[in-house]
Amino acid sequence: MLLTSYILAGLAILLAWPIPVMLSRARWSTRSPFAAMILWQSIALAGGLSMIGALLFWGLNPMGNTLISSLISGVKLVLGDPNVNSPGTVHIFALSTAALLGFHLVLTLIRAAWRITRQRAKHRHILSLLSEKSPTDPTTLVLDHETPVAYCLPSFSGSVTVLSRGLVKQLTEDELRAVMAHERAHLDQRHDLLLLAFTSWNDALPWLPTSKLSLAAVQELVEMLADDAALREVEPKTLLRALLTVATGALGAPATPNAALPPEGAPGGPTEELSSRRLKRLLTVQPQLGGGLRATIIAGALFLIALPTTLVIVPGFFE
Amino acid sequence: MATLGDLERSVMDLLWDSVPPLTANELRDKLAEPGDVAGKELAVTTVLTVLARLEKKGLVARERDIRPHRYTSVTSREEHTVALMNEALGTVLDREAVLARFIGGISAEEAQSLRQLLDSPHNA
Repeated sequence: MLLTSYILAGLAILLAWPIPVMLSRARWSTRSPFAAMILWQSIALAGGLSMIGALLFWGLNPMGNTLISSLISGVKLVLGDPNVNSPGTVHIFALSTAALLGFHLVLTLIRAAWRITRQRAKHRHILSLLSEKSPTDPTTLVLDHETPVAYCLPSFSGSVTVLSRGLVKQLTEDELRAVMAHERAHLDQRHDLLLLAFTSWNDALPWLPTSKLSLAAVQELVEMLADDAALREVEPKTLLRALLTVATGALGAPATPNAALPPEGAPGGPTEELSSRRLKRLLTVQPQLGGGLRATIIAGALFLIALPTTLVIVPGFFE
Repeated sequence: MATLGDLERSVMDLLWDSVPPLTANELRDKLAEPGDVAGKELAVTTVLTVLARLEKKGLVARERDIRPHRYTSVTSREEHTVALMNEALGTVLDREAVLARFIGGISAEEAQSLRQLLDSPHNA
């Protein structure tokens, strides 16, 4: 049990710090956002499991050789059985921390889900009073506003894609198709659920620097996944033009197209380096990651979940 | 028969477009006018139900000093649209997870660089 708790603690530390940092810097993630997404989800799950498991096993260690026997001793102790020795303050502290952390994570997840659902319902209601249904597609709503925006609102009782009138006016037919395919992918692939754990993780453990990092990485990945769906319909350049129009309208970037362009024939061309990996992969199309590599990454993700699960479930694995 | 959602919308449209507050009877009469979704068979109790729902959601206020009570919209149509747009543009804190925006986390600087790249001659 002691060894198990040390292994779990080591795993928890790896999953809380170096592994997320490494993955957020990995270049291959733009070439297979799907594999990267699986890996992120498994890191979050395995990280939580090993963190709680390490505390639980270390705290229970003095009370028995296996998880079951020590839990039984623990219950007896709580019930006031005089034959059971108290494990000592430090171990009781570890047990309490394990319980608190477990409750904290689950409660924050429930609270985040509840808050987001309520905010979405409110938004959806006002939307139903103000928007028009698209004549061709009843799950697309058009909002009467000149600023070009596009977004989707996931919901269990009917998700919708929302476009502003300004967007419909400013985009070409192909660009509009790209936007629709992008938003539809968010809804069809339930990206809201993929983000939920990371949103609540960030709420629950704000002091953990990697929780912000992971959330940002996962947010970027769902955009890449949705872009990939759009690229099945249109050319990368069409999607980029649509993104540029929406970004210009939304962020108040200069509206005169050639204002910042270097004079004709200026050497070097654009000097600014794009920092967005999402945009970079649309500008220079990269080959998809090979099947073997992708399989390895997904197998690694499964191993990450399997390791702490096995250590927790198979009691006395090492004794 | 119109759904409750359609009725809410029609009632809000009437209240938004009307300067003086309206009574449930006046609303019923306006809803019965040709071309509206509700049709003629609408009972005033239905209108009151819709108004009660809208009041509970904070969209409609009731003037109670004289009978019959008169109803008015709390927030204008434009203000509601601006609130929706602010969420859509991601300018509201604590609302990041509510909806998925097409542009995601692209910043103004990145949009600017993208414009240069897309407009450069060898990329046309």
